[in-house]
Amino acid sequence: MYCEKCKKRPATLHFTKIVNDEKTEVHLCEQCAQEMGKVNTMFTPFSITDLLSSFFEVGGEGQQTIYGQQALKCPQCGFTFGDIKKTGRLGCGHCYVTFREQLMPILKRIQGRTEHSGKVPKKIGGQIWLSREIKRLKDELNKAVAEEAYERAAQLRDKIRELEGKPVDGQGRW
Amino acid sequence: MVNWIKNDGPNSDVVISSRIRLARNIEGIPFPIIMDDKQAQQVVKIVKDAIFNSNTVLAGEFIDLEIDKLSDIDVQRLVEVHVVSPDLVKNRKRSAVLLRRDETVSIMINEEDHIRIQCLNTGFQLENVWDLADKVDDVIEENVKYAFDEQLGYLTCCPTNVGTGIRASVMLHLPALTITGYTKGMLQTISKIGLTVRGLYGEGTEVAGNMFQLSNQLTLGQSEEEIINNLTTVTHQLVDREWAARENIAKHDRYGLEDKIYRSYGILSNARKISSKEAMDLLSDVRMGVDMEILKEVDINTINQLMFDIQPASVQKLAGITDGAEQRDVARAEVIRQRLNKK
Ligand SMILES: [Zn+2]
Ligand SMILES: [Zn+2]
Repeated sequence: MYCEKCKKRPATLHFTKIVNDEKTEVHLCEQCAQEMGKVNTMFTPFSITDLLSSFFEVGGEGQQTIYGQQALKCPQCGFTFGDIKKTGRLGCGHCYVTFREQLMPILKRIQGRTEHSGKVPKKIGGQIWLSREIKRLKDELNKAVAEEAYERAAQLRDKIRELEGKPVDGQGRW
Repeated sequence: MVNWIKNDGPNSDVVISSRIRLARNIEGIPFPIIMDDKQAQQVVKIVKDAIFNSNTVLAGEFIDLEIDKLSDIDVQRLVEVHVVSPDLVKNRKRSAVLLRRDETVSIMINEEDHIRIQCLNTGFQLENVWDLADKVDDVIEENVKYAFDEQLGYLTCCPTNVGTGIRASVMLHLPALTITGYTKGMLQTISKIGLTVRGLYGEGTEVAGNMFQLSNQLTLGQSEEEIINNLTTVTHQLVDREWAARENIAKHDRYGLEDKIYRSYGILSNARKISSKEAMDLLSDVRMGVDMEILKEVDINTINQLMFDIQPASVQKLAGITDGAEQRDVARAEVIRQRLNKK
């Protein structure tokens, strides 16, 4: 997306303008925004999502080789890497497999890390889920004990027992 | 009337609301950005079935808003009260929203992702809100196979959501920190620790009503609990600093503070025509006055409710008027006067 004012540089700042209660989006490059006095030091007016296309666009010649395979298509949705660059979005879950090699450095830049460590769906994970979840809960339990949060610790211990297949007092699922 | 805002949340003086949003997609179906109408219908059906046919109390708690049949003004109103996201509106002909009757949970179908679970409540209660979102997620997952990758976690349309798919946020009212200029530095520091702040209701970089939304920026590599703990810690600090700043102002310029609060209250109670920006700023003063027990003529719930009800579509709906900014400004002033002068 190009800056609305100079139409030359990429728009990196995105504002919501409200005139007579009507909202309009304004997209500017940093230079034009500064000239128009739109930027003060109050806070950064953009979220990382808005910066996305620039994440995909940035880069010199080194990246050309990585992003060179524009003909590669996701077999499930038909998206090319060009489509991803253009929209800053992926076409389907399988795109993460198809374009993994190209996506990893970008994810690293956006997210800092590339290894999920949160919730795992029970159905998919199965045993992996179970052992991961038990480990996670045990860490939480240790922390709770260290903080002397005994009520929370008791809850966690019950949860761990439940997952390990040991009986707890049978409250139904919510 | 906004239903969820009526709940009495903990620590609701500075923290107006806590929200968790989870992004999920169904395996094997393209994301909304490129799916066709048939696939869109298929997703709507899968998610509706997962909720309404589940063997949990949830099944009876939700209603289908039938958002494709609502008028523009009704949909805009839902956005203003934070029940529905602006992105969903763009795509609403093939979207659906399942709303829990008390408005604390909305499941948006075919927004940017197939499924967006949003849980929202008053005050500072991120953990409760997360527990609820987690449960709703579990219920859906019983009948839906999510797009999930061992390494990358939940797969989302936008790579800024991949991993946990979680966006945790709190809506903060920071009048004293804004007056004292503290917010400038604070907001820059915050972006360095993986959080994002944005002003709410503002024009450009300006903030109306001294309202800020603080949320996590990163979704990959940290667990949901870590993300929530991080946000909670920073929120606690901001609440403490906001109160320290308020007490400082009260100590050094008591009359100035009272004067500002009562003037704002006076304008709101008497104005015949008012823009949403002016109303938000004045309500901010009054809200601080009520929190600090300086102004006792009005209760905090009335103010909280008004902050939502004075937004454009809400005013139009409450006053039953058609478009037109001037008409709306008159209707807005009337709504405010009625609420503030009601004993
Ligand atoms: Zn420009
Ligand atoms: Zn794909």
